[in-house]
Amino acid sequence: MTSPATAGPAPVAGATAAGHRGRSGSRPAVVAQDMRKAFITAVTSALDTDPRVAVVLADISADRFTTAATRHPDRVLNVGIREQLMIGLAGGLALTGMRPVVHSYAPFLIERPFEQLKLDLGHQGAGALLASVGASYDSPEMGRTHMAPGDVALLDTLPNWTVHVPGHVTEVNKLLPAALVGDDPVYLRLTTRGNTAARPVGQGLVTVRAGSPRCLGVVVAVGPMLDRVLAATSELDVTVLYTATPRPFDRAGLNAAVAAAGQADVVLVEPYLAATSAHEVTAALADRRHRQLCLGVSRDSELRAYGTPHEHDRAHGLDVDGIAAAAREFFLV
Amino acid sequence: MATTLSRYADLPALIGLMTGDDKHQAATESTLDALWVLYDSVLNISPDRADDPGRDRLLLSKGHGPAAYYAVLAAKGFLSVTDLRSWATFASPLGHHPDRVLVPGAEISSGSLGHGLGLGVGTALGLRAQGRRIPRVVVLLGDGELDEGSNHEAIVTAGRLSLDNLTAVVVDNRSASLGWPHGIAHRFEVEGWKTRTVSGRDHTALHEALTGPHAQRPLAVVARATPKGRAA
Repeated sequence: MTSPATAGPAPVAGATAAGHRGRSGSRPAVVAQDMRKAFITAVTSALDTDPRVAVVLADISADRFTTAATRHPDRVLNVGIREQLMIGLAGGLALTGMRPVVHSYAPFLIERPFEQLKLDLGHQGAGALLASVGASYDSPEMGRTHMAPGDVALLDTLPNWTVHVPGHVTEVNKLLPAALVGDDPVYLRLTTRGNTAARPVGQGLVTVRAGSPRCLGVVVAVGPMLDRVLAATSELDVTVLYTATPRPFDRAGLNAAVAAAGQADVVLVEPYLAATSAHEVTAALADRRHRQLCLGVSRDSELRAYGTPHEHDRAHGLDVDGIAAAAREFFLV
Repeated sequence: MATTLSRYADLPALIGLMTGDDKHQAATESTLDALWVLYDSVLNISPDRADDPGRDRLLLSKGHGPAAYYAVLAAKGFLSVTDLRSWATFASPLGHHPDRVLVPGAEISSGSLGHGLGLGVGTALGLRAQGRRIPRVVVLLGDGELDEGSNHEAIVTAGRLSLDNLTAVVVDNRSASLGWPHGIAHRFEVEGWKTRTVSGRDHTALHEALTGPHAQRPLAVVARATPKGRAA
């Protein structure tokens, strides 16, 4: 494993304050976010106030917890590059009543120790807050080893997980207090690339733009995809819904929005593996004939490319132009 | 609950209530004595204190062949004889691998090898973080199970962190396919553990090994058992 254990977040190529501009529009589509810093600040503070909180690390970000480790040596635990132990240890902490906060790069947090997530947390009836960085391809120059577009789909094979995919750093701060208490399994998927503005979180699907009663359908944007979805659908009569918490999925909210739309046609735009939430849409709309289009990171082949996140967005059809083209074709306009 | 089958001599009869797990017979036989000594004279644990945060904890990492484990739990009053009779049936709390949510007294669910020691490290650290210095965390493993790399992550870390409230009991019935040159204890010693190797049948030796001093260091007790595949 090679990872920038001590490096700060790499400058996000293509994610500037001005953001990307769609070919036809002028709205920003990707805005840099320092969610890792917000997470570390909030958890460092929680260590001071909540004796249940314990941080478990496998070298990643350990340099950013040094002050906290000095103050709380028994509750900031860096096990070195040992991801299986990182999760097993968290399970043991939870069995004694602690609230483990486990943090690493997404592939090393979710994929490498997956059986530990299944058994050392789930099967024990234990929970933890897992917080990842790297997302699907925040640092594509590091290659496939540091990409985890399948993380949410993988967690979806296990019951009871809450999954947060915030699209703005302010949302991270709003989601963390509830995630840091309790005993439930929670996954917080942090990214360096998000939206211009924070949206309401913790209340299911939020209507960002309401279509007319005869509108073409509903577009669901998860986390960092919202600004791109808004730009891509700006000239379409659709309802745009947003959530930073795709699990549990707000089935009732989607059902109601589709019932109010002109057609039961749904586009789902997720920043991870395409169609990860397709089964949720299916369950939400089991009472009606419907169509759905799922946009996300391609499942068809492994993209062997480095470069910038924006180039990967384009390759997967997840930039403004790609989403716009797919949506127009789906809605037959 | 009160039980009349509460002696070491009763364990074969209790095990006899659980049939149909012949594949794991060797594991059952090899762990029986270590489990008895632990529950009978080492661990500070009883059914009425099963949720006491100050209790000692036995984590059965070697989750296959749990008939001996269930028998000891029954002899100590955690389980009923009725539970044993119905084992592995749909509504039974007892299966061929234990589930902590279903089995009274079971600290962890196990079966897939190589998970107990990591959970034990976390449990020991959780107790340490809460200032609980008294409870012991004992993890029972097999020598074959040590093939799993996850154990080595835990062995190294427990040694470095001087987890003196953690004990590993490794039942060695020489089932590791590729063996452990220089012996199992060596693997723990080089990482900073105090180690003792004793006969897994000798109750006095097991007791002394489990209760002897191991200042500032985690303790590994290797309990030699009849090699798998040979008659006892």
